[in-house]
Amino acid sequence: MHPIVRTVIQRLLMGLFTLFVVSLIIFSSIELLPGDFGEAVLGQAATEETVTAFRRELGLDQPAYTRYFQWVAGVVQGDFGTSFSGRAASGIDRSRDVVDLIAPRLENTLFLAVMTALIAVPLALFLGITTALYRNTIYDRVVNAFTLTTIATPEFFVAYILILFFASLYQVFPSLANIEQSMSFGEKIYRSALPSLTLTLVIVAHMMRMTRAAIINLLASPYIEMARLKGVSSRRVILKHALPNAWAPIATVIAFNLAYLVVGVVVVEVVFVYPGIGQLMVDAVRTRDIPVVQACALFFAGTYIILNLVADIIGIITNPRLLHPR
Amino acid sequence: MSETETYSATAEVAQVRQRTSRGKRIWIDLKKAPISAWFGLIVISIYGLVAVFAPLLAPYDQADTSFGAYLPWGDGHLLGTDQIGRDFFSRLIYGARNTIGIALATTLLSFLVGGSLGLMAAISRNWIDQVLSRLVDVLMAIPSLIFALMLLSIFGSTTWGLIVIIAILDSTRVFRLTRAVSLNVVVMDYVEVAQLRGEKLGWVMRREILPNILPPLIAEFGLRFSFVFLTIAALSFLGVGIQPPTADWGSMVRENASLIQFAKYDILGAITPLLPAAAIALLTVAVNFVVDWFLHKTSGLKDEH
Amino acid sequence: MNTEERGEKGDVLLEMKNIVIDGWSDERWHQIIRGVDLSLGRGEVLGLIGESGAGKSTLGLAAMGFVRPGCRLTSGSIMFDGMELSTASEPEKRRLWGTRIAYVAQSAAAAFNPAHRLIDQTIESSVRHDLMNEAEARENAISLYAAMQLPEPETIGFRYPHQVSGGQLQRAMTAMAMASRPDLIIFDEPTTALDVTTQVEVLAAMRDAIEQFNTAAIYITHDLAVVAQMADTIKVLRYGEEMEEAETRKMLTHPEHPYTKSLWSVRSIQKPAETSDDYILEINGVDAAYGKGLKVLHDVSIKVPRGRTVAIVGESGSGKSTTARVITGLLPPVAGEVLFDGQALPPELRQRSRAQLQHIQMIYQMADTAMNPKQTVAEIIGRPLEFYLNLRGKAREARIIQLLDLIELDESFYDRLPTELSGGQKQRICIARAVAAEPELIICDEVTSALDQIVQEGILKLLLKLQRDFGMTFVFITHDIATVKAISDEIVVMYQGRVVEQGLKDAILSPPFPEYTKLLLSSVPEMDPDWLSNLLAERAGA
Repeated sequence: MHPIVRTVIQRLLMGLFTLFVVSLIIFSSIELLPGDFGEAVLGQAATEETVTAFRRELGLDQPAYTRYFQWVAGVVQGDFGTSFSGRAASGIDRSRDVVDLIAPRLENTLFLAVMTALIAVPLALFLGITTALYRNTIYDRVVNAFTLTTIATPEFFVAYILILFFASLYQVFPSLANIEQSMSFGEKIYRSALPSLTLTLVIVAHMMRMTRAAIINLLASPYIEMARLKGVSSRRVILKHALPNAWAPIATVIAFNLAYLVVGVVVVEVVFVYPGIGQLMVDAVRTRDIPVVQACALFFAGTYIILNLVADIIGIITNPRLLHPR
Repeated sequence: MSETETYSATAEVAQVRQRTSRGKRIWIDLKKAPISAWFGLIVISIYGLVAVFAPLLAPYDQADTSFGAYLPWGDGHLLGTDQIGRDFFSRLIYGARNTIGIALATTLLSFLVGGSLGLMAAISRNWIDQVLSRLVDVLMAIPSLIFALMLLSIFGSTTWGLIVIIAILDSTRVFRLTRAVSLNVVVMDYVEVAQLRGEKLGWVMRREILPNILPPLIAEFGLRFSFVFLTIAALSFLGVGIQPPTADWGSMVRENASLIQFAKYDILGAITPLLPAAAIALLTVAVNFVVDWFLHKTSGLKDEH
Repeated sequence: MNTEERGEKGDVLLEMKNIVIDGWSDERWHQIIRGVDLSLGRGEVLGLIGESGAGKSTLGLAAMGFVRPGCRLTSGSIMFDGMELSTASEPEKRRLWGTRIAYVAQSAAAAFNPAHRLIDQTIESSVRHDLMNEAEARENAISLYAAMQLPEPETIGFRYPHQVSGGQLQRAMTAMAMASRPDLIIFDEPTTALDVTTQVEVLAAMRDAIEQFNTAAIYITHDLAVVAQMADTIKVLRYGEEMEEAETRKMLTHPEHPYTKSLWSVRSIQKPAETSDDYILEINGVDAAYGKGLKVLHDVSIKVPRGRTVAIVGESGSGKSTTARVITGLLPPVAGEVLFDGQALPPELRQRSRAQLQHIQMIYQMADTAMNPKQTVAEIIGRPLEFYLNLRGKAREARIIQLLDLIELDESFYDRLPTELSGGQKQRICIARAVAAEPELIICDEVTSALDQIVQEGILKLLLKLQRDFGMTFVFITHDIATVKAISDEIVVMYQGRVVEQGLKDAILSPPFPEYTKLLLSSVPEMDPDWLSNLLAERAGA
């Protein structure tokens, strides 16, 4: 087998294994719940029978591994169980399927994430590469000072400052990003402007600094000096000599920051009351609605793992040592 | 060899530094420190003093609700009152104590756990190392804010629960760093010299390894503290971190955020909820400045030009 | 281009005047080159020699009008064939680089781009600067590969850098430099990273190439014997200043400056070989392997006479350092045993008694990494005194000062940190630490190879003195034949994990030789400008 295929398969299996362990951890969270949580969910007035029925519904009378496999089988088919909320002591069940809760919100979150990524990734790469090329110029220093401050700032601070200026003092954008399915595409973009801008500011700062460091590191390689001393033009040094070796670090930077974006979404959605999965998760945590928390956690962790996996695979398939084995 | 140039080992050129006491050396370093480091140190000291002497500095108690809600700035309440009539300035001061204290305790715990395990893994380099490293890989495959949210939903938000959860999640990063820097030191010839001499493991760890991994760990402590501090602030802001009535900067922002809507009518009121957020940002920037300077000084990193 | 266009041999090609270059470190500018002049005629080869930090590479690159990031040219003029490079613009210089001036870097493995095939990198300058079309350039590259005696010249160019060996890469890099038939090539320590047997081939190929195309060259190295083979004239640099410049033969026979004379000094130590039947250490039939992997030692047997110096010589991968690890117990052998004073040593370090550990001490190649940077000299030397001899307080202090005196350093070193010592002083402290344990045997692992030549001599003299005064036994691991000649009584030659031969110095160093010993010894450059030519003639004849 070509070593590159072997390495990629190894990496994929490792990713799969990680996903397995993560799902195990997320699943066992329900095991760790205190024994009386049935009452907590159903309320003080819950009768013995309703609590028992509730426990049976969750399958708590079966061994843990059986439930794990049932849960995974369900997840694979898109069934995340039923939300805890909407249940009452009387046994009346107005709860909804977790999937129905999550699906529309997932769409909204992805909308926000993709919109941000489309702005942030090219911008960050541009800033990172240009500051690396024009190191220690005024331009570099200004960009650096700005990004350093942004990094040290909590997302909600950035968000509220934007609200203060663009929604409150000058009403350019709405401060509440309450988008709905029925809205037009343009309307959605308009309403998501501030959350997206907040995320962009935070991500660009991180990503631009990482890109800059990776490029500087790369440009310090002896083979780049050699290329210059061969009289190769600056443009060609970057495109022909640096870039083919830069895919791995750049992919890592992008993946890391997209993963960061997924997490940053949580806080930003809460600030702007954006109806996404992050806000859903925070609400579920407050009400201890475990099935919803599990589904959200699985989504976030899965995205994170897949992004890192993709970055690693890009690193592997662009590595000349693996591409052209001895 | 010629007559004119007789060789003397003592006379060989080397950078000789005047030996000075530790205190004096620190002072010399400080005098050479850039403005940013000075700024950082001063800011951190002020925060520290405020945190320690909060009960003396704050005019009212953090939980005292005996005033009117949303009172304006001045008139007995320097920064007004919050949504249920607590003195905002007092809560800001107590917030320093609570938020910084909890973040500090968390960071210390995470270093205790991650640092000792990392050192152990690096030295043993056997199955313990394998198991711990794989475990950390998996834990790090889940974003820590998400993991923290999940655990908090199970165990509920108590201060101690918060400290333990964040500390354990954060200790994975400390583990990785400690292990990596220790591995660099463990392969050094001077560690081999000590082993060849027949020194016991404890001595090797204490005398040969620890002094050499301390500088990067101290720097990391600063960075981890900022990170933990931001995470706790974010969790409190989300309403699942530090619980009322304990004053903390994250939840203060959230509780009073609606004032920002009225910036056109009352700009001071609109700024109020941003003050705790600014306090968080200022401390993080200050810590970063000091860490930068410290790293630069201890690693002998040269300026890129 | 043909020879007519290039002008006559001897016409001035490069004229550098009063070059001053600063480097940025410790938050300020330091002078690296302090007003050096350099002049080079067409077709001439100038050897630039000096120790680490002398500024050789900086000056060599300046000859191209290039200064590394973090450095700046503060004054001076660089005239290359009527063109002033110190003020020339980047595009102007780029037109020269890779066409009329080429550069050969120290580490070819790092200087070739891992992402491109060798041939594409070889022809890049010629094609980019429109000297040739791609087909011509490829043909030209293949003929150069052949000229550089690379195996399979037709196809080797289609490999990637990591697919060929270090010696081949270095030759490919020379071919790359020659591709555009430049007027001047800067060779920056091109053979330093190679083993001696490989070095000979690379040197021969490079010399042929520059002679064939009548190329001028600046050859940078710290090895006088190497530069003697390559250069017409030699310039000696120290701390960024010129010490002396002279025609090669004159420089070798009549160096004027005391510093230049000192560069020869290791070769001046001569010790008559003695032997003894009283063996302090015997290695019997040792096999060793790392992990469960490949065996690195095969049936190694070495006898070390008491009070003598045994030098273990070999190239990288010969197993000489592994042998040291077996002796010290760091690597328990798979088979065989190690006898000390007639008694078998436990194979594992942990099973050895404190006395057994005390009797064998070790000195390392890199004194920098062999001393804890956080401990003072007194702590470093004092620890074995405490540990083995139970000396404390005043007695310990007195002994430390005594030891410092022994290694020719005074009391003022007592509480210095390693960062406050020079390279030679550091190695002396390491020697003192080994001696402090009052051992019978000291293993010296390449102890002088990281040091500048003048410092090497002092260290070797010190070791000889210790042996004279205390009857210590040394096992000296090295790849440097000059050092071996200087201090050893017996020599063990190792190759690919086996002992090729062992015997008295004089016997080993004179014929008849086993094949490998002959190859190894004959490959060590000598301070004779005709050495390489003679060697090649001899090898061709054989």
